[in-house]
Amino acid sequence: MIYLFQVLNGIGLGMLYFLLAVGLSVVFGLLQFVNFAHGAFYLLGAYLTYDLTTRGFSFWLAMPMATLIVACIAAVIEALLLHRIYKLPHTFHILVTVGLALVIQEMVIIAWGPLGGSVPAPDGLQGVVIWGDFIYPQYRLFTIGLTAVLAGLLWWLLEGTRLGAIVRGGSESPSNMALLGYNTLRINTAVFGFGAGLAGLAGALAAPIRGVEPFMGIEALSVAFVVVVIGGMGSYTGALVAGLLVGVVQSVMTTLWPEGARLMIYIGMALVIALMPRGLLGRA
Amino acid sequence: MTPALRLTDLHSYYGKSHILQGVNLEVGQGEIVTLLGRNGAGKSTTLKTAVGLIMPRQGRVELAGRDVTGQPAHRIASAGLSLVPEDRGIFQLLSVEENLRIAERRGSPWAIGDIYRIFPRLEERRKNGGGQLSGGEQQMLSIARALLNGPKVLMLDEPVEGLAPIIVEEIVAQIRLIRDAGVPILLVEQNLAVCSQLADRHYILELGRIVLCASAQEFRGDPGAIDRYLGVKA
Ligand SMILES: Nc1ncnc2c1ncn2[C@@H]1O[C@H](COP(=O)(O)OP(=O)(O)O)[C@@H](O)[C@H]1O
Ligand SMILES: [Mg+2]
Repeated sequence: MIYLFQVLNGIGLGMLYFLLAVGLSVVFGLLQFVNFAHGAFYLLGAYLTYDLTTRGFSFWLAMPMATLIVACIAAVIEALLLHRIYKLPHTFHILVTVGLALVIQEMVIIAWGPLGGSVPAPDGLQGVVIWGDFIYPQYRLFTIGLTAVLAGLLWWLLEGTRLGAIVRGGSESPSNMALLGYNTLRINTAVFGFGAGLAGLAGALAAPIRGVEPFMGIEALSVAFVVVVIGGMGSYTGALVAGLLVGVVQSVMTTLWPEGARLMIYIGMALVIALMPRGLLGRA
Repeated sequence: MTPALRLTDLHSYYGKSHILQGVNLEVGQGEIVTLLGRNGAGKSTTLKTAVGLIMPRQGRVELAGRDVTGQPAHRIASAGLSLVPEDRGIFQLLSVEENLRIAERRGSPWAIGDIYRIFPRLEERRKNGGGQLSGGEQQMLSIARALLNGPKVLMLDEPVEGLAPIIVEEIVAQIRLIRDAGVPILLVEQNLAVCSQLADRHYILELGRIVLCASAQEFRGDPGAIDRYLGVKA
């Protein structure tokens, strides 16, 4: 029974990891851009949700608002600053985005203090679900359902629509997109904002589970990179499979060997790098 | 009448090397014009400069009388100058149908149905990935995509290069159909037989300059020029 509980927790966690990592992965596929500020968008999503709910907004309003605000902020940063450095070597990407992540993190501390806080589970989902002797929080079940629906929607958006074909085409060859009349700068900004918005949403959804604190962005960033590396850069399915894998392993390990939970994940990543450098589902 | 495309005194560089050294050419309404020249003469560079993939250092590009010089490629393409590049520019990871769908544009006289009538092979292969097509099919897909964009002028960079003779015939017939539908075409091609079958006029480019402009008739009557500039027997 304890395992079922941990596996469910792991799936919930893994779906949040997926949401967090898929934006990073798609942006990398499209722009070959290494974004160390991705965790900061997660942080921002969580804190905006915290802020809005403490101001009395319902969580159901705060979550989409936080997502949208993060997406807009990220799009503006991309359009003003980041698009200028895409062509530079990856070290520049790291330098600039680490700087950006620190600025966002410090601004969060200035605005909301260094201590963090908690976000109550939203109205209607504060209770637990009981099946026989199995008890599980409603909100966690809800996040699994919501992220599963979102994962399906995202897949359809990327694989089944013209918009998705445009994004995939752009990641294959921007100059060929230009020859078909597409302004790739605008596509880049939109996709970057969208990916950041998903990270913000992951932060918003995580807030009632794990609370908010200023360093949650750094933790999220390292998880997102692990997921992207294991799943394969630029791969949607890779992000989903790896997100779930990392979530479940981490969650089950916390009952078996708590100190080793993190370690396992990084050993797993090292193995993938050594044996399958493109990741489990990465493309050539 | 205003030409569909006019390049005036176009100069382009790759870094410090001065590749186009004052190219002048025109494509009239309803015409097929070829741009000939030896390898490395600057033919591809001319097309890329016209469409804005390379910024000209000097000169003018006019599309149906409108000055588009210095605009980014996506603007010039939207304005109606379509390039089918030498490498064909197929999205390998997109299906044939997706390659076509992202090229569809409101206001274009061409719809996917028209495309499948001209290129029946593409309809047969519409679920296949772009990377699974043969060279000839990729070429057809690339031309089809350019048409969906609703071009005022279509530029083809060596469309039959490396293709089997039977496919070459098919593509030549398709290019004719497109011209008959009223799309002016600027054709870069090494295959002289193909050029003389299709073209109304010829330009010869040498070291980044136009050295000869002749009607199809004049050109046929002047084998000396062909020998001199292209170094092949006509
Ligand atoms: N990307 C490039 N960088 C530097 N030089 C180039 C590049 N592309 C082409 N060139 C040079 O420019 C000249 C013209 O090339 P190109 O326009 O491709 O010739 P063509 O299409 O007539 O064979 C050649 O000398 C070629 O070596
Ligand atoms: Mg060439």
